[in-house]
Amino acid sequence: MKAEKQILRFAQDDKHPGILSAAWTIARKDLAIEFRTRTAFLSAMVFALLGVTIFYFAWDPTAVSAIDLAPGVLWVIFTFSAILGLQRSFGVEQADHAMDALLAAPIERESIYLGKAIANLLFVIGVEAVTLPSVALFYNLPLGDSIGALAGVALLAAVGIVAVGTLFSSMAVNTRLAELLLPMLSLPFFMPIVMSSAQISARLLSGRPVSEAWPWLRVLLAFDMVFVVACTFVFPYTVEE
Amino acid sequence: MTKDDLSERGFDWLLTAGFAAVAALYVRAIWFTPIEAMQGPAQKILYVHATSAFVALYLAFGLMAVASVLYLWLRDPKLDRVAESSAEVGLAFTSVVLTTGPLWGKPIWGAFWAWDARLTATLFLWFLIAGYLLMRGAIEDRHTRARYSAVLGIMTTLLVPFIHLTVYMFRTMHPMPIVLKPSAMSMSTEMQLTFVPGFFAFILLFAGLLRFRYRMATLRDEVLDMEQAR
Repeated sequence: MKAEKQILRFAQDDKHPGILSAAWTIARKDLAIEFRTRTAFLSAMVFALLGVTIFYFAWDPTAVSAIDLAPGVLWVIFTFSAILGLQRSFGVEQADHAMDALLAAPIERESIYLGKAIANLLFVIGVEAVTLPSVALFYNLPLGDSIGALAGVALLAAVGIVAVGTLFSSMAVNTRLAELLLPMLSLPFFMPIVMSSAQISARLLSGRPVSEAWPWLRVLLAFDMVFVVACTFVFPYTVEE
Repeated sequence: MTKDDLSERGFDWLLTAGFAAVAALYVRAIWFTPIEAMQGPAQKILYVHATSAFVALYLAFGLMAVASVLYLWLRDPKLDRVAESSAEVGLAFTSVVLTTGPLWGKPIWGAFWAWDARLTATLFLWFLIAGYLLMRGAIEDRHTRARYSAVLGIMTTLLVPFIHLTVYMFRTMHPMPIVLKPSAMSMSTEMQLTFVPGFFAFILLFAGLLRFRYRMATLRDEVLDMEQAR
């Protein structure tokens, strides 16, 4: 209830909250909903685990070794289960026209975007925290030293996925295609993320020097920077009256 | 019959000129241009392929990107119609590129599809524009559709450099078949006399199709206005 009260207080007070504090309030509201219902997280988690196991049987294990397979599986599963969470991000605001209340609140539109993005980021990180160990377990990966670097790459990838996905989620819910449109719009945008993350993790897992992964890491960093800024700027255009 | 009479009956001079120019290009390319020594007749596909690629990738999508940015700034519905029309015509030309490319690739590379960087980037552009048009079709309200399309157009423009960069980086990991590429090919004067005017023929066709599609969008919006005014 704390988050809801905070929003009410924003509406009653005359002074506007800062962009970030308003964003954090919205993120807390979304996370509170998710924490109480757990529907999206549980379904994303089960989806990810199912994906990991099904992928194993899509290849001939005697022809392709698990370590060659794992990076691809990891990143395809990450992106697809992230989409499951992103679908719901603006979907929950559809009921009872909750979105109108958010738009009427005396906060910047950018706060709504950032708040949604923060909640989605934590959601995706949660899914990654389950998928990464399960891929390591099922595919017998020697995580060892590379676990820290791999988690860092996963975080960078999550930022990019969430930045683009949150924006498209806000658009997709207002179309006739709704949840069908989100993957169609966002998957081409995830392509550079999947490609660079898979390349980096393949090198990390096979024990190659980190310097070999550096060009791909730069792509990932540049993608995050460009799209976090761009999506924050264009989001207000998607929620105009 | 005067020119005005014909225009009133829906005769489109620009579009007709565009089709005539492309037909002339076919005649010239098929019967009056020599066959390339290394690649044989397959090389002739270049006159359609490279010209369509130029029109799709530079003219159509460039126009779509510029119109998208300008729309969010000026909010002129004309700009949204320009973006809509150039995306649709651009998709048609990109489909031509993606069809003629593999047809040439089969005899020359030995495979229809080779995951070459240029092919991959073009394919992704096709996906992006198809998604853009699908989204347009799924929104009823004209103003929402225009805003969303402009946002997606801008996002696509930002993504294209990343796709280019990553597919080129990816390709360097794999050896490519040693192949004559159109860009590396030097041409005889006779071939150039087909190739260079070919660009103008396709630009003319693009302009004709674009204007045709734009007029259709204008008429559609006018009908909607009339329906709403009733």
